[in-house]
This record gives sequence, C-alpha cells and structure tokens, in this order.
Amino acid sequence: MAAKLKVNPTRMELRRLKDRKKTAVRGHKLLKDKSDEMIRQFIGYAKENMKIRLEVEKELGEALANFMLAKAVSESSAIEEALSMPAVSMELELSTNNVMSVNVPKIVIKKSDSKSLYPYSFASVTSELDSSIAVISGLSDKLIKLAEVEKTCNMLAYEIEKNRRRVNALEYVMIPQTTEAIKDITMKLDENERGNIVRLMKVKSIIAARESGAN
Amino acid sequence: MRKEKIAVLGEGDLVLVFKAIGMDVFSANSAGEASDQLKILARNYSVIFVTEEIAVSIADHIAKFKTKAYPAIIPIPSSSGATGIGIEGIKKDVERAVGTDILFND
Repeated sequence: MAAKLKVNPTRMELRRLKDRKKTAVRGHKLLKDKSDEMIRQFIGYAKENMKIRLEVEKELGEALANFMLAKAVSESSAIEEALSMPAVSMELELSTNNVMSVNVPKIVIKKSDSKSLYPYSFASVTSELDSSIAVISGLSDKLIKLAEVEKTCNMLAYEIEKNRRRVNALEYVMIPQTTEAIKDITMKLDENERGNIVRLMKVKSIIAARESGAN
Repeated sequence: MRKEKIAVLGEGDLVLVFKAIGMDVFSANSAGEASDQLKILARNYSVIFVTEEIAVSIADHIAKFKTKAYPAIIPIPSSSGATGIGIEGIKKDVERAVGTDILFND
C-alpha cells in the first residue's frame, strides 16, 4: 500500500488531483507502449549483436593466434618495424541514429584507398603475418558494425530499464496515491455536506418549534 | 575534440597487428595503466576496442561509458581466443532489458 498523500480537502485540490490522475494514467499507457516497442527493437538488435560477435570472436581469435605465431618465428623488432608505418588509414564517419528517442551511434567506415595493404616488404616477415593482417583487415567492417550494434544494445537495455522504472512508479505509486487522495477528499467533502444538511435541518426544526411555541 | 578514429587497447605488442589496418594502438600491462589509458582514449577516440583480459580488469571504468553514444568501448578476444565475456555482456543486456535471458539461455 502506497504512502498516503497529504492534501487539503478542498474542491480546488480535488480538481487538481483529478487532472493529475488523468495525466498519470495517460502517461502510464504511453510509457508502457514505448517500453513494448523498445523491447521489440532491442530483441532484434540483441540477436544481431550475438551473431556478429560470435563471428568476430571466432575469426579474430584465429587471426590473433596467427599473429602470435608470426611473432614467435620472426624477431619482435622486425615485426615492430614492419608494422610501425601503416600503409592504410581508417577514418570514421560518426552520426547518431534515433531508435525510440535513444540516440544510438551510427558509424560509417572510410578507408583510404591504398594499393597495398601491407606496409612492409614481403622479404622481411613471414607469411603468417600477411595472413593475419589480411584477415583482420577483412574483419574491420564487421568490427565496426559490432561496435555500433553492441553499443545500441547497451543503450537500449539501459533505456528500457529506466523506462520500466518510470512505468512502475506510475503504476504502483503515483496512480494509487492520487486515487486514494481523491477518494479521501470526496469522502471528506461529502461528510461536510451531510454535516451541513443536518445542521440546517436542526436549525429549521428549532425555528419551527419556536414559531409553533409563539403561536 | 573527439577524433573520428579507432583505438585498440591491449596487453603487450599483441595489438600491433591492428596498426597495420590503420587503427591506433595502445598497450597497457596492468589494470592501473589500462584505466589511465582509457581515460585519455575516451576523450579522444570514438570507438575503442579493448582486449577481454583488460576489459575484465577495468570493467567499472568501462561501465561508465555504457549510456553515452560515444565512445563505444567494445571487448575483443585476444590471442588466447574468446573467453565468453563479450557473450556474457550481451546476455546481461538482455537480462537488464527483459528481466531474464529469454534469447540465449541454452
């Protein structure tokens, strides 16, 4: 049972509370609908997120293991030297996407066009390094997609949780409290009204008795 | 001003390979180092990939960025393969949103 709202039992207060309850009920319905739609969208994103992540984890794990192998067979200074001046650069185009009024990131990758992916001469390093770089380079689009989708999931999940709290607060606190307060005021006003009528009747009967006594 | 570039934070020289495809790489060998690095990177980069080992050790710091659109901090597996932290993260999201993991509880 929600804590009782302390209000003055006046008609003005009653009007105010009734208006407030109307808004609360309407807001509750809207937020509940919003929550439903957000969850629907979220589930789509979560499934996509899972799919991309599984793919990325598998391929990237292999590529990195390959790289470790390459590092083991060549000298680490040679590898460092080979990779220290990348031949390609990667820029992102950032914007935000609006999903149910949550601003989620939208990332588009801008790769510089370069003839060769490999910033070194093939003589200096082993083929494991080539293959791991080729795989990771092929993965970069997927990695960025993963970043985008995973972030969207994070944000949606957080937003859904926040929204649910609002819905619950309205449903279990705000609306019952105002309903209770409205009932209280109505009863108090009715009681006053009855008291008034009784008083009037009493006065009337006293006057009537006095008049009949005078006659 | 946030750069429209990608940073990779990982242990040792493992992440060097990302440099070849045009990402900026940073290495950290302890949790303290990693969280310091992350603080700087978060200001400057919009997408940050963090290897799972580091992501676990600085999970609290990463959680702070969850609600903002940028930077996106994403755990990636390291050379030892995926440890399941990324999958765990998705499951947590589902749990947070729906209340229980109804999608991937196999």
